[in-house]
Amino acid sequence: MEKQKTRNLIDIKDLSKEEIDKLIKVANDIINHKEKYSHKCDGKILATLFFEPSTRTRLSFESAMLRLGGKVLGFSESSSSSTSKGETLADTIRVVSGYADIIAMRHPKEGAPTVAANNSIVPVINAGDGGHNHPTQTLTDLLTISREKKRLDNLIIGLCGDLKFGRTIHSLISAMSRYENIKFILISPNELKIPDYIKTEVLEKNNIEYIETDSLEEYMSDLDILYMTRVQKERFFNEADYMRLKDYYILDNNKLKNAKKDLSILHPLPRVNEISTEVDEDKRAKYFEQAYNGVYIRMALILSLLEGK
Amino acid sequence: MNIDTIKNGYVIDHITAGNAIKIYRLLDLENIGCQVALITNAKSKKTGTKDLLKIGKLIDINLDKIAFIDPNVTINIVKNDKIIEKKKIEIPEKLINVCYCNNPRCITSTERNLNQIFNLTNKDKKIYRCNYCEALLEKDKFIY
Repeated sequence: MEKQKTRNLIDIKDLSKEEIDKLIKVANDIINHKEKYSHKCDGKILATLFFEPSTRTRLSFESAMLRLGGKVLGFSESSSSSTSKGETLADTIRVVSGYADIIAMRHPKEGAPTVAANNSIVPVINAGDGGHNHPTQTLTDLLTISREKKRLDNLIIGLCGDLKFGRTIHSLISAMSRYENIKFILISPNELKIPDYIKTEVLEKNNIEYIETDSLEEYMSDLDILYMTRVQKERFFNEADYMRLKDYYILDNNKLKNAKKDLSILHPLPRVNEISTEVDEDKRAKYFEQAYNGVYIRMALILSLLEGK
Repeated sequence: MNIDTIKNGYVIDHITAGNAIKIYRLLDLENIGCQVALITNAKSKKTGTKDLLKIGKLIDINLDKIAFIDPNVTINIVKNDKIIEKKKIEIPEKLINVCYCNNPRCITSTERNLNQIFNLTNKDKKIYRCNYCEALLEKDKFIY
């Protein structure tokens, strides 16, 4: 089959600010008028190719397609794909792109979605590639911030936890750097500080103000958004380093006592210990809303890519 | 020291001292089956010392490989004992199968038959990033 030029979403940078604003607008319309969208993808198939398990992301994509009236097929780990027989990713994608109208792929290797997009005849959505990119998580974060704050500019955003390997953090910084008057408080242990290239090529290049600290409480009272992340075991080559750093930050009610009344606490989930369950009862905890929003922004994205706009 | 002049081929001049051996290896000149002269630390009015490469055959050469190592060289194309063209080259925007990505998490570490591609992201600082995982190109990760 001939490879035609299709739109893909590999990196959040693939989308212009205007395109992101449009996706957010459509997602909000879907939330308010679900029935209107329930047959938009009748007869369409989404392939969810998950070469490493991620139940939440996969179900979110599948829910999005089912809510649009489409159907889904796929696998949830590489042992159930032909990769286990030694097939290249390029060949897997060439075959599957003939079975589906759009592909959502999670792969442990960084850059795998670029290979997939180069070999697919249908749009490819990157559902996470190692520690590299996770653009639909970023879209989810942007939708959540925009719904909670009614704006995407003039915000002080605290990012806490693994800022070194945390791809959601890197993508969020990259996306938010396009908006006016954003300031970041980068909270991490020394070993998990934001990589230098993010500082030089994104923050400093765009004249974005930022402060690095290892204290969760120091700037708490300034924050409009607090974005917590999990220290991910799979990103470490050394078990001892992971054990030492995994519980470095634990957000609880006491640490929130000086926070703004309208702070929004976000987390890409799943969490382990970094947010105490007592915080769930706090009205400022928005991470479950964030997860729900993930379905709606993915619906907007699937529609947009299938329409080729 | 006498080095024969060449009838047809290339004289790669103004190579920064020490870089000729890298170009020699990267172009796989030991296997092209003709005379090759590699001169290091020759005198240079401009820079004090320089390297030179003389290749006694008009082979297809990958200019990107040379430009990546040393964009300041001059490539003299010799035909019938005469220099017919002096070519200046520029640092390449894209490197294809010149270097490999050293990130063990990169798809290029496992996917067969995949071109190793790097894109120039900062011309002044000569920074290249992997086309797939965006990792920085590390020093001397050449594909020989």
